[in-house]
This record gives sequence, C-alpha cells and structure tokens, in this order.
Amino acid sequence: MTHNIKEIDAKGYWREVIRLTLSLLAIWFLASYGAGILFRGFLDQVSIGGAPLGFWFAQNGAIYVFVALIFYYCRAMARLEKKYGVEA
Amino acid sequence: MGEIFWTYFWVVLTFATYIGIAIWARAGSTNDFYVAGHDVHPMINGMATAADWMSAASFLSMAGLIAFMGYGGSVYLMGWTGGYVLLALLLAPFLREFGKFTVPDFVGDRYYSTAARMIAVICALFVSFTYIAGQMKGVGVAFSGFLGVDFNTGIMIGMGIVFVYAVLGGMKGITYTQVAQYCVLIFAYTVPAVFISLIVTGNPIPQLGFISNVRGEDVSMLAKLNTVVTDLGFMEYTQTNKSMLDVFAITGALMFGTAGLPHVIIRFFTVSSAGAARVSAGWALVFIALLYTTAPAVASFARLNFIDTVNEATYIASDADYEAEAAAIVADGGKPIPKWFKDWEKTGLLGITDKNGDGVVQYRAGDDNEVTKLDRDIFVMANPSIANLPAWVIGLVVAGGLAAALSTAAGLLMVISSSVSHDLCRRTFFKGMTDKQELLTARGAAAGAVILAGIMGMNTAKLGFVAQVVAFAFGLAAASLFPVIVLGIFWKRMNREGAIASMLTGLVTTFWYIYHFKFVDTDPTHWWFGVSPEGIGFLFMFVSLAVGVGVALLTPAPPQDIQDLVEDIRVPGTRTTHGIADADMLPD
Repeated sequence: MTHNIKEIDAKGYWREVIRLTLSLLAIWFLASYGAGILFRGFLDQVSIGGAPLGFWFAQNGAIYVFVALIFYYCRAMARLEKKYGVEA
Repeated sequence: MGEIFWTYFWVVLTFATYIGIAIWARAGSTNDFYVAGHDVHPMINGMATAADWMSAASFLSMAGLIAFMGYGGSVYLMGWTGGYVLLALLLAPFLREFGKFTVPDFVGDRYYSTAARMIAVICALFVSFTYIAGQMKGVGVAFSGFLGVDFNTGIMIGMGIVFVYAVLGGMKGITYTQVAQYCVLIFAYTVPAVFISLIVTGNPIPQLGFISNVRGEDVSMLAKLNTVVTDLGFMEYTQTNKSMLDVFAITGALMFGTAGLPHVIIRFFTVSSAGAARVSAGWALVFIALLYTTAPAVASFARLNFIDTVNEATYIASDADYEAEAAAIVADGGKPIPKWFKDWEKTGLLGITDKNGDGVVQYRAGDDNEVTKLDRDIFVMANPSIANLPAWVIGLVVAGGLAAALSTAAGLLMVISSSVSHDLCRRTFFKGMTDKQELLTARGAAAGAVILAGIMGMNTAKLGFVAQVVAFAFGLAAASLFPVIVLGIFWKRMNREGAIASMLTGLVTTFWYIYHFKFVDTDPTHWWFGVSPEGIGFLFMFVSLAVGVGVALLTPAPPQDIQDLVEDIRVPGTRTTHGIADADMLPD
C-alpha cells in the first residue's frame, strides 16, 4: 500500500466518520431492537398487508433496513473520502 | 426419472464442479492460501461470504424452527443479519486496512503481545471446532437420509470433497467454490418457496405472499394462521412466550457474535481495499437477505399448509394402496392424509400415534396431539413434494443442503488451519519460516483439520449435545473477540493489559454461564435476569468491555508505534509499517 504524500486532515475525517457511524447505528438499533422488539406491542396495532407491523419488522423489515444502511454507508464514505482526499 | 436419480444427478454434478474449481484455483503462495491474493471482486466475495455464513442450519432447520416459534424465531432473522451492519461499519474496512491474514494477527500485533495472540487463537479454534462438527453431521444426515449411503461413509465423501479444494486451493479455492455453492443453495431454496407461496397465497414472491391474503379468501395469511393455531391450543403465531429482555439479549448475542466470528471476518481480507471491504459486506448481506427474508415466509406457509392438510385427515396405512384408499375417503366426503406425508413418514422424521383410535389425525397442543414425531427440518425438505414439484427439484434441495454445509465447513477449516500454520507456527514458535514452508504447513494443517472435523462429525451421534453448544460459538465471539477488536480500532488508548483482561473476562464468564445452565443446572427459572444461555454473551460483552476499559485506564498507554498504527488503519490508503506492530510481518 502506498503512503499518501499529500497531508490529510485525518482528525477532521475521523470526526465525520464517527458522526456518520453513530447516526447509522442509531437507525440500525431503531429498526431492529426498536421496531422489532421494544416498540413491537405499539407497532403491532398497525398492520402491513395483514401482518402486524412490529412482527413484520422483526421478520422482514429490519433486514431490508440493514441492506439499505450498508449501501448508504458505502456511498457516504466514498463522498467523505473524496472530500478529504483519502484514497480508498 | 425418480427422485433418487435426480438426487444423485445433482450431487454428483455439483461435487464435480467444486473439484473442477479447486483444480483451476490452486494456491501458489501463502497470500493466495490465506486471503486469495487480496484481489477478489467485492461482489464475488459477498457471494462467497453469504455461502460461508449460511450453514446447514440456516438452509435446512431455520424455517422449520421459525414455523414452530413464530415471533420468537425473529431472534435468528435479525440476529444473523444485523451483525453485517456492525461488520461493515465497525470492523471489516479497518481490519482490511490493517492488512494481514488472520484475526489473531490483529489482536497480537495491535496489543503487542504473544499472550493476547494466544488467547485469540484459543477463541478462534474453540468457536470454529464447535461449528464445524455440526456441519459435518449435516453432511452425514443428507447422505444417509437421501442417498441411502451409510452416515459415516457420507461424512467421508463430504470430507474428501472439502479436502481437495481446501488443501489445494486454500482461501482462493474456497472462495470460488463458495460462489458456486451459493448459486446451488439459493436456487434450491427459492424455487420451492415460490411454488408454496403460490399455493398458499397466490402470490409468486414469498416476501409479498407473507403480507398477502390467503388465496381465494378475504383474510390475511398471518391472521388466518393466528386463528388456526390458537384454535388448536398453540400460542398465537405473531407472539412469543419469551421475555422481552431474553429476545433482546439473544438477538444481541447473535448479532455481535456474527460480527466477531473469525471465519466471517477473514472473508473481508480477500478484497483489495478498505472501500472494497465495505461494499463487499453490503453484497454479502444482499445475498444473505435473499434467503433470510424468504425463510419467515416459508415458515408461516408451511405451518398453515401443514395444519390444513394434515389436521383432521384420515390416515392411510403404509401397506394399503394409497391411491385407491384416498379416492374412497374423498368419495365419503373426508380428507385423506397427503401423499407427501406418507413419503416422509418412511424417513422417521414424521410420525403419528392414533391415540383415540378414530383413524383420523388430530394435531393439537397438549397431550391429545397425535402428530407425535415432527422434525423441524421437515418443512424445508418436504416443501418440493408438498408443492407437487417435479422430482428434479427435490433432488436439488439435497444438493443445496450439502452446498450450505460444505461451504461453511470450508470457511471454518481456513480459520483452523491458519490458526495453526500462521498464528502458532509462523508468528509465534518458528518465526524464521519461509513462505514455502508456511504454505506446506498450512496445507498440512488444513488436511489435519478436515480429518479431525470428520471424526468429530462421526461422533456427534454419541455427543448429543452438539446442537446445544452452538450457543457457545456466538456467545464467546460476542463477549471475547468483538470488544477487543472494536476497542483496538476506535480507542487508541486501549492497551495490552486491557485487551487480555477483557478477552479472559468474556471467555470465562460466558463459558461458565453456558456450561452451568446447559449441563449443571437446567432450570430456566434460575437464569440471571431471565436471560437464556443463548443470549448471555450479549450481557457479558458489556462486562468484558467495561473490564477492558477499566484495566487499560489503570495501566500505561500503548507504545507510540501502536498509536500510529491505529491512526493509519482509520484512514484508508495511509497504512505504513510501524516498528513493533509490524516487526515480524509486513502489512499488505
């Protein structure tokens, strides 16, 4: 791996990475532990195609959110890397 | 053409493909052998990761398990997919940037300690051996159940195949074989699922059928299932009798355990960069989600369909002429027991006892239940025959189950062989080894591990607790490996003392709890906070994290070399060598 000669603002980059990571983990938590477990009773009052919503999140919805989260993260990281001149 | 013909056809065809790939993808160096030359395409690696990850249990048992557990089965669905978010965000890209071969490489180098490396090796070996015995057993069951081959002979055939591609090709051979195995297993899983979804809901897409009405009725599939199961005395399908804390803890242990499993982590070392590792984790989850979002649909369809066709059906004796008897029952206005039921009864996975002697099968919760044998694996395996699919599809399901078991076994073998040849030999005891010597040792270790795993698989019949100890694998990975890896990346101040204390705490507490409540005191009311052994790794993970941080703060900060290393792995493309961290082995 080659060393990047150009000086990178590593601190600024890392701060933004942490902020992004924490926000995405919050969504990750809400979609699975939140919708699928903690607030299931509340969400189950609503139904999606006959499936109680909380139950659906626990068995299908959370997984879709997980996939979307990872691809969003990839795009956001690519943007950050461009902004800070980091070569991935 | 009969089922037996097609089963042989698919098994022989797929096995020949795996061997062909192995010969094509031979490994020429340790770099090839451990990390497939660091140049696997992210999507291809994602596919290989999915096959690596989805075991015989995911393929054969999970849908059946969910069918019986209803909402309670959600722990597997969320737990075994949510871990990939943690992998993508917290581990995979940074470990790839670190640039070595194994998980103990990272732990040993980041914490500048042979002791830490050894503890990581112990965790990796323990987790992998626990897991692999179950895979080998799955191979034996598939062979003995479907091909009429003896259980042990079946394991030996499976071992022989894995031996060829793991020993010849290492990670390179395994990667490309896993891609083929993924294709086989996903096809074998989704085709019957589409047809059973059509039968039950009229919608060909199982994920949509899951939230549709029952075919030809004005009631949703899940609402009908809830009514049907409660009428028979079972718990509502969309509910569980587990406590919320236990569901939370089990989901957590499986998620964090997934992210800490060495055979999953090392798959991300095979791509070219940190960015590629992130994308690859996304693809892996896409390929896993294809099966994992289908499984709960299959589970509910199968449960509903099973009750519909079997409950209150008139039994037909095995020596009777099925077609004639069935026609007579229908003429009388009755419901004959379905043909597939009779077929599967022969395997011993299904069985009834006519307790009230009325000649009709009553399926109930409680003592008057007449379906006295109902193996959870039946739902996936019997799906093609329930859906009246042609014989070639039935044979494909067997090949799919074998693909799932063999691909996972191969990934685990890589962890075992690299722990011995790389972590123990090259990095600890014989530091002067040449690349050639190490490659030879790695092949030897892989060969030894295949044989040992096979012997364990053959003895699982005697060791009935194998299924029980899988809880160990996830709990230990979550409580011992996950915290030190994450702290090693995100907290520069984390040092050797903290890491050793953290890993030992996680290892000892989790091991003790699972052992105690699985084998010594099996009374669930004694569980701490009502958390089952499956979920306890999640709680002890926080304990291990706290102990690690506490000890690190009381002991000296890590050397400057290590702090520089941590800064490097956080920013892609800046990794340079750092004294003690890279003294024995350069990053790549």
